[in-house]
Amino acid sequence: MMDLRIDRHPILKFDRGQPLRFYFEGNERSGYKGETIGAALYSTGLKEFSHSFKLERPRGIFCAIGQCSSCMMRVNGIPNVRTCITPLEEGMKVERQFGRGEVPTNTEKRHIEKKEVETDIAVIGAGPAGLSASLYAAKFGAKVVLIDQNPRLGGQLIKQTHKFFGSRTHDAGVRGIDIAEKLVKEVRESENITVMSDATAFGYYKPSTIGVATMDTLYKIRAKKIIMATGAAEKSLLFENNDLPGVYGAGAAQTLMNIYGVKPGDRLIMVGAGNVGVIVAYQLLQAGVNVKMIVEAMPKIGAYFVHAAKVRRMGVPILTRHSIKRAYGDGKVEGATIVELDEKWQPVSGTEQDVDVDGIAISVGLRPTYGLLDQAGVDIHFVPELGGHVALRSRNLETSVKGIYVAGDVSGIEEASTAIMEGRIAGLSAVLDMGFGGKEAEEMREKVRSELEDLRAGPFGERIRKGLEKVEVL
Amino acid sequence: MEEYEKKGTITIDYLRELGNIPSEERMKKGPVAMTECVQDIPCNPCAEVCPTKSIHMDNINDRPKVDFNTCIGCTLCMQVCPGLAIFMLDKSKEKPRLTIPYEMLPMPERGDTVRLLDREGKDIGEGRVIALLFPDKKYRSALVTVEVDDENLLLEARNLRVAGVKE
Repeated sequence: MMDLRIDRHPILKFDRGQPLRFYFEGNERSGYKGETIGAALYSTGLKEFSHSFKLERPRGIFCAIGQCSSCMMRVNGIPNVRTCITPLEEGMKVERQFGRGEVPTNTEKRHIEKKEVETDIAVIGAGPAGLSASLYAAKFGAKVVLIDQNPRLGGQLIKQTHKFFGSRTHDAGVRGIDIAEKLVKEVRESENITVMSDATAFGYYKPSTIGVATMDTLYKIRAKKIIMATGAAEKSLLFENNDLPGVYGAGAAQTLMNIYGVKPGDRLIMVGAGNVGVIVAYQLLQAGVNVKMIVEAMPKIGAYFVHAAKVRRMGVPILTRHSIKRAYGDGKVEGATIVELDEKWQPVSGTEQDVDVDGIAISVGLRPTYGLLDQAGVDIHFVPELGGHVALRSRNLETSVKGIYVAGDVSGIEEASTAIMEGRIAGLSAVLDMGFGGKEAEEMREKVRSELEDLRAGPFGERIRKGLEKVEVL
Repeated sequence: MEEYEKKGTITIDYLRELGNIPSEERMKKGPVAMTECVQDIPCNPCAEVCPTKSIHMDNINDRPKVDFNTCIGCTLCMQVCPGLAIFMLDKSKEKPRLTIPYEMLPMPERGDTVRLLDREGKDIGEGRVIALLFPDKKYRSALVTVEVDDENLLLEARNLRVAGVKE
């Protein structure tokens, strides 16, 4: 059996848990404790995870963080399980499904417990913004419930193996994974924070209540204040066969290789030369993947020059004014056709070129995961500079629904360092609005705000500043 | 639009124009930092860790400017730079020396002869590893100091490959 697990890595050490056996469509497979079903299956070389509902086209993992539906399978008889975020367990029976999945008929009655929880603050999403919001609120005595749908806390920070930019006083020069470790440790040690992982916040109910589901319990969480730090999802790109298994988000490749130590492929092309594309390309090289090239439709590289220079000196070409025209292959990616674009973004005929790859990583931007905010009735506007639909808010990050705050990528696509600062602001605002914290919290918030403004002051912050003008209006 | 924004590589001439290349005379005195960080990005750890305050920035978005006269070549800025954009150049020893940040496998060992690559990853010569420094103690990345015969490599080589490893 093929095994795509990475043994040696220059930055990471994969401490795999106890070996587990499970069954995939009747065949015994092995994995490790701590892996998700999706990662364990991917490591065996499986590409086709599901099928489109109507045309039954094969689909593979696309986002790997529980945001899309292309990895859903039937697990122990339960359909539509997101295998990419569901932890593997001994003896699990996993099968692919066709169509929308059937409700199980012959299962013993599963007992679902119902619980009600009262707290001061509910924080949804345990990425850099949610962790920081929880810490800064708990610091001033508020009781916090922190909810995340993933098995591990830290959001996308736990796969950022590169050193962070920013100011030295805010951990610049430190690797994202180390910042995550520090934040998670502080959260775990705080007596005021209750952590719920593997728990999906599925709805907002009046007054100020969040519905949360785990595998065996349904929670009603009534909170005085709610901080939504639900993050973002990767965008796709329109091209022929863009749903072929082997076409995935750059972030999905990063999740597989840096969290689970599973190589996404042997030979890849990266589409998009923004910071994410270029950084992930470099990390693919560190994982031993051959990155054939990076194509970028814009006339110039969007990433910081220093990030681009790192992949260039590894011999990876970056082709600006080039894009992907199509993916091809029988049931999975076997190659990509790239093409040059003219000044009007039109393909120049005759410039098509086939590239022999088994994976196509897409990094054409992220969009905020705003569903819960929208459902809660928050005023949402489409702001291209911030990546998509975002909530209108005050400078204190409170939305149009009193008592609901936003922080991190859901409030506008930016960096982990800015997400941390926004989380602090939202956490402090929530406690201040509850009457906690006093002058100390207020001064702290002012300080974080001015540091955040400094970070956004340069030419790379111009877009964000323009976007913020449109939304910081309450 | 600058040429480097299109290609992802920068020329020695461009760096010279910016004043980023230390003089022959300075390199002969001992190791000195050369930065290849040319955009206004929000980042300042190099300036903040410098023990002699030799890296100047007007604000966090400014690009770093090294005062070659006061730089002591201690490598602290290299250790912290998230862009791997600082290199150490030294012509004070018998043979010219270059220090490169390196985060790939396999890690070279002291005494190894390694291939040196330019800013596009092209093989342009060889160097002998005379020192390895692991800044973050977890041995996950290194500053590799190589000795070279051809002194042009100090300005041209920006990466390395352990000899015998496939391209």
